Amino acid sequence: MHISIDPNMMREIIMDHYSSPLHKLTPKNEEEYKTIVMDSDSCIDNIKLFIKEKDDVIVEACFDGVACAISTASTDILCDLITGKTVKEANYIIEQYENMIYEREYDDSVLEELVAFMNTHKQASRIKCATIGFTGVSSIINGKK
Amino acid sequence: MFDVYKIRKDFPMLDGSKTNFNGAPLVYLDNAATTFKPQCVIDACSSYYLEENANSHRGDYDLAFAVDKKVDCIRQKVADFINAKKQEIVFTSGCSMAMNLIAYGFGAKFLKPGDEIILTEAEHASNVLPWFKISEITGAVIKYIDLDKDGRATPENLRKVITKNTKVVSVAQITNVLGYKIDIKEMSKIAHENGAILICDAAQSCPHMKIDVKDLDCDFLTASAHKMCGPTGIGFLYGKFALLEKMDPLLTGGGDNARFDMCGNVAFLVPPAKFEAGTMNLSGIYGFGAAIDYLNKVGMDNIEKHEFELRKYAISKLKTLQNLIIYNENADSGIITLNVKNVFAQDEASYLNSKGICVRSGEHCAKLLKERLKTMATVRVSFYFYNTKEEIDVLVEALKNGGNFLDAYFN
Repeated sequence: MHISIDPNMMREIIMDHYSSPLHKLTPKNEEEYKTIVMDSDSCIDNIKLFIKEKDDVIVEACFDGVACAISTASTDILCDLITGKTVKEANYIIEQYENMIYEREYDDSVLEELVAFMNTHKQASRIKCATIGFTGVSSIINGKK
Repeated sequence: MFDVYKIRKDFPMLDGSKTNFNGAPLVYLDNAATTFKPQCVIDACSSYYLEENANSHRGDYDLAFAVDKKVDCIRQKVADFINAKKQEIVFTSGCSMAMNLIAYGFGAKFLKPGDEIILTEAEHASNVLPWFKISEITGAVIKYIDLDKDGRATPENLRKVITKNTKVVSVAQITNVLGYKIDIKEMSKIAHENGAILICDAAQSCPHMKIDVKDLDCDFLTASAHKMCGPTGIGFLYGKFALLEKMDPLLTGGGDNARFDMCGNVAFLVPPAKFEAGTMNLSGIYGFGAAIDYLNKVGMDNIEKHEFELRKYAISKLKTLQNLIIYNENADSGIITLNVKNVFAQDEASYLNSKGICVRSGEHCAKLLKERLKTMATVRVSFYFYNTKEEIDVLVEALKNGGNFLDAYFN
């Protein structure tokens, strides 16, 4: 799905997911989840990610902690997008998103609302914020932890 | 005559050519993190490599003798700057190392189970984390001075917490988050009445005000050169000579011992050489010397006065903005801590960056902020004597629209 998007829509997407994130919570049965704490060395962001997998499919993804607008919104959208996806599909989404952030060729057909972050490269200091959730999810689902 | 516009010409970083990513001129307001360097400091650093590149403590030939002499002379400059004696000044890599040197060299050696270390809730990590470790090693207990309603540590509140078991009181003269000036002289008196030593973290005060260690009567004092126009990687520890003699070095090795044998017997040199093992940051020391000359030339009284003026001006302007929370309106330093209502500090700092304004967002100290300030993070604006009222106007103008922080992301 391609989204044609203007700055106002991008702004709304980010503000929506920042002010009312759907996936920002610590789940009740924490032990059923794989987790990782992502503590940025360059800013205040400090989030814990929770992923529940079943038969190679991500059945639930959420996060909690202290985070700015960019990291909160990007991680929230990511959690939304990878729910119900296989690890391979999730990896593809993360890879395309990182391609977009680092100004490489990317496949926008899988990114949906994540295209709201396409301007991140213009503000280098926000790259860490826009990728912290993605790095964490990638570590969990690829068993780097 | 203090002329800020003339002073700015001494600083290559303030030559007007430096901009952010989208061409906005830089407005540098993160001086509590580090300060810009005047050309004379940069020249002094290179002069070591260009003209006298020999190791110190090795005066066998003229070049090495010249370096020894220069280091000795700069040690005297540092001592004079805070009214100490030359042999009471130990060069370190900065304030953090100086704090660690005291904690391990003095704390680990002399503290016992049940002894007390008193800090405040507003200390920088460098004055907290080494003591956590010392508490773990020695069994000494850490206690905190309660802050008053403004967030200030007062001598009265030290009296409430200090006991005869207290051996160490360690506080910042100006705190790095809220910028309050602490009455070190009175605190030293109280510490000494109870048989404790007083350690003064002067990282945020030494660059901005006159310091007289004899008058303060503190037992140790630490500072970093890079926060006072000097180079990074160099700072100092002041200690009363009798204490320096008693305590252990943190690092041992070349240059700090007179002789040793293979049975483990070592004769350390007398302070300060005892604490300066390994080749020192000589280029940094040269630059530090030039920085002190420069600050003396500008005049510490002028510096303090100008920063006070800037603060007064900034607070009066910022107070007119309805969208701000100012956390330390009544502080005594060039540090102003604030938030734009409903905007996370990091998002605000990033927005200000898009306008060319450099400030710091931070969680600072979770305990202090959460309990006293009722927020997770704040934006810190910090001035130095080269900042101008015009720069404050740029900040105020940007903060007016500070709620539209995502603008930075789309323009």
